[in-house]
Amino acid sequence: MLDSLLSFFGQGVQMGLVLLIAPAATGLPRLVKARLMRRQGPPLLQGYRDLMKLVRKEAIVAESASWLFRVAPYLIFALTWVAAALVPTFATGLLFSSTGDVIVIIALLGSARFFLALAGMDVGTSFGGIGSSREMMISTLAEPAMLLVVLNMALAAGTTRLPEVADFFVSQPLAIRVSLALALLSLVIVALAENARIPVDNPATHLELTMVHEAMVLEYSGRHLAMIEAASQLKLVLYASLIASLFLPFGIVRVEAGVVAWLGGAAIYLGKIAGAAILLGIWEVSIAKMRVFRVSEFLGGAFIFAFLAILLSFLTQEVLR
Amino acid sequence: MNHAYDVSHFLAGLMLLASFALLYQDRLLAVLRSFALQAIILALAVAWEAWVQDRPHLFITAGLALGLKGLVIPMALHRMIARLGIHRDVEQVVGVGITMLIGLGLTALSLLLILKATSGAPSLAREGLAIALAIILLGLLMMITRRNAFTQIIGFMSIENGLILAATGARGMPLVVEISVAFSVLIALFVFAVFVFRIRERFDTVDVEALESVRGDQ
Amino acid sequence: MSPVVYAVIGIPFASAIVLAVLPGYRLGAALNVVASFAAFLVGLSLLTVTGGADEYFIVDDVNIVFVVLNTLVGFTAALFSASYIGHEIETGRVTPLAVRFYHAMYQVMMGSMSVALLANNIGLLWVGLELSTLITVVMVGLYRTPEAIEAAWKYFILGSVGISLAFFGTILTYLAGQAALGEGANAMSWSLLHANAARLDVSLLNLAFVFLLVGYGTKVGLAPMHAWLPDAHSEGPTPISAVLSGLLLNVALYALLRFKMLIAANPDAMRPGPILIVMGLVSLIFAAFMLYQRRDIKRLFAYSSIEHMGLITFAFGMGGPLANFAGLLHMTMHSLTKSAIFFAVGHVAQAKGTQRIADIRGLSVSHPGLAIGLTLGVLAIAGLPPFGVFMSEFLILTTTFARHPWLALLPAFGLVVAFGALLLRLQSMLFGEPNEPVHEVEASSIPFALHLLIVLIAGLYLPSALVAWFQRAAEFLG
Repeated sequence: MLDSLLSFFGQGVQMGLVLLIAPAATGLPRLVKARLMRRQGPPLLQGYRDLMKLVRKEAIVAESASWLFRVAPYLIFALTWVAAALVPTFATGLLFSSTGDVIVIIALLGSARFFLALAGMDVGTSFGGIGSSREMMISTLAEPAMLLVVLNMALAAGTTRLPEVADFFVSQPLAIRVSLALALLSLVIVALAENARIPVDNPATHLELTMVHEAMVLEYSGRHLAMIEAASQLKLVLYASLIASLFLPFGIVRVEAGVVAWLGGAAIYLGKIAGAAILLGIWEVSIAKMRVFRVSEFLGGAFIFAFLAILLSFLTQEVLR
Repeated sequence: MNHAYDVSHFLAGLMLLASFALLYQDRLLAVLRSFALQAIILALAVAWEAWVQDRPHLFITAGLALGLKGLVIPMALHRMIARLGIHRDVEQVVGVGITMLIGLGLTALSLLLILKATSGAPSLAREGLAIALAIILLGLLMMITRRNAFTQIIGFMSIENGLILAATGARGMPLVVEISVAFSVLIALFVFAVFVFRIRERFDTVDVEALESVRGDQ
Repeated sequence: MSPVVYAVIGIPFASAIVLAVLPGYRLGAALNVVASFAAFLVGLSLLTVTGGADEYFIVDDVNIVFVVLNTLVGFTAALFSASYIGHEIETGRVTPLAVRFYHAMYQVMMGSMSVALLANNIGLLWVGLELSTLITVVMVGLYRTPEAIEAAWKYFILGSVGISLAFFGTILTYLAGQAALGEGANAMSWSLLHANAARLDVSLLNLAFVFLLVGYGTKVGLAPMHAWLPDAHSEGPTPISAVLSGLLLNVALYALLRFKMLIAANPDAMRPGPILIVMGLVSLIFAAFMLYQRRDIKRLFAYSSIEHMGLITFAFGMGGPLANFAGLLHMTMHSLTKSAIFFAVGHVAQAKGTQRIADIRGLSVSHPGLAIGLTLGVLAIAGLPPFGVFMSEFLILTTTFARHPWLALLPAFGLVVAFGALLLRLQSMLFGEPNEPVHEVEASSIPFALHLLIVLIAGLYLPSALVAWFQRAAEFLG
């Protein structure tokens, strides 16, 4: 009884936590980049202030927009938030953990992307079309790689349910595993692509020709834009949590361990996210954005790494049987 | 976790990655660097085997791999490229994407083949053999899909890297064989050097497509 | 191990060093001939040595014949080369400096082939073949024409790939041997492997054989790995074509045979027979048809080599004492006859200044002696009696017919097709009005005559010692 209460409560805490830290998690790379370029940079809380500002503003909708345009932001936000709720952050064994299958998460994110792409094309401007088609191209190349990475972890852990995979990896002793290294590399590349980060897309660009994500949401304003921004921030946190739970699973506690343990787990989790955000900032300062047609090679590389990772882990399994 | 196995697996995996890098590159100097890298990793892998299997003469092989293939041969080839002043891009016969996919297929094939055929052998040997065969096949692929004499020879040298890896995994192969292999690598380089100058002198290019025109009536 | 073995190997390598520093090509050519003759004498004396095997070398019924044959043809080819090269320098096709290295490389090639033939350690066998491959690559490219460079490059690439695959097969064989003989040099010793063949790891052995078949098979010229052969034969200097066809193909096939013996001795391993039969037949029939389209005289006979190697492989695939005997005999006869033909072709090429068949006409009028020689050579290689080649081909066909009548039709068909092509080309070269240019033939005819004489005698009467030998080897081959 207590357990199910704890799992319910814990799930709520997680959902609130990811939503709460999302704007900060996106603001931290921005701050790091600015400081590295010897600028002051926007403070960490700026993300929250921006969201509040957007919510208060009027949402202008183009005349040629359909119902999809109005509904899409909420759909996207909802889908992404649910997906973020399923990825283990500080604890496993939460209420929805049994449904936390990686395939489900990928499907949820895919649906969100689908609606975003449709919304981009909905108003009929050409920039929206460019953004949508580029987004679709990137995801076509990134998803197989992601699936292969997931398959790799699932082969090792024997299940595709993320919380159980995380539990499995927590129990493993530390070892050098080239297949895991390759899988990590592949997943990082996919994460950069999916979150519209350099080198795939520049989140701070104002040039429409270089936009991917920004181009799709060019027509949005007000509370709609706030929802979409929040969704993309959540997505970043989601991917960071995914990488952390698969490759750095230490510190993830069982939900039954009690609220005090949760606090410890949450602290470690926040540390991981902060670390990922800082690394992202440093990375974005060091690398230039790729030309769009080179992105396919980049993501092809991710696919190759993921495939090799599977081959190598298969080899290890067979040989050490 | 089996410490010895982990490190060998790691190094062998890196060598495989280097083979893919060789397949991917389309600039001559980058190809040379990837090859040198593969040779260095090979030297490390052989040295590790020497340590783990307690066979000090393998250190000699590792040293030869490092010295010859990691340093001497890339430098010599670099000097040749500079002297010949050739065009530094390499043309591929099929696109990079297809080449990489074929490479993946070949890797999977060799893993399956070796694992099936060696059910009785010790694990380090099976591992080494499987990845070695993959490296050999990838080197072959590189020789087939490139149209430049230099990349063909580097493909051949990477095949030899794979062979050395295989020989190392096979415990107890006498040193004389390894020395002879190293020696033959030197001779192969010599032969290559002789030829690349002649090709350049006669054809004004090292693109082996140019050789097709004088193929004769078969 | 008897010092004779070391002498057979040591003489060529020592001569190579001397030849590399010796100025003057005439002296070099003479020394080349002397060194080859010395190697031949030492090779002959191997006949008196009792067989045996140590860690590195082996002398047994199988390889002794080949060593003697090798050194003999090496000697006669050196003789031919000595008189041939002078002409080449005069016509400016090759420089004296290049000739100096050519002689040195010739000896290294002979030495490495002897190493391969006498090796017991399978790694050493590989080294010998690899070295001979590399050296012949350089020699094929001697003339530095674009065609020669292309031929040498193609040979280099294909040969190296084949050799690498063969090395992988060697490693696998070693691993298979580990199961029975433990680690170390023992598992690389052919004699020990053969003695313990039944205890070797079967799956590894099978895989090894496949790699070795493809790898060494490339060097034998089996289709579809034959692509280097026509080019290498036609663009290199004629003595090298003779040596390639007459010797190197044989040595590669010998290596293949050693491994065939290993796998045949293991009852659980795959049967090598069917694969060898198929590959042999494919090469035979493919080459026979290709003979019709050839416009270059050396390419014509290069394809003839592929055809004969296919036939020999077919014979060894059939297996059994008679077919093996026939195969061994054919290897010897083909080696002598084909090198004789290339000697004759060398004469023709020098006499007419071209290798194009269309440009060679009226030999019977302008060079009657040469015409007779060429005719005899072609008749011999086409398998007509009373030459030795007829004997071995006849044996192969009859044993195949006795065991699988329908199967015998295929090689017979191939041989007939080849015969037709060869005769057709010969006819066009012999008859008609002689055309310009017409040069004197300067190269010595002795090697050619010697070879053909041996082949003729062998066709009429095989000395019983030789027969007994081949029989023992045939039994051994399994």
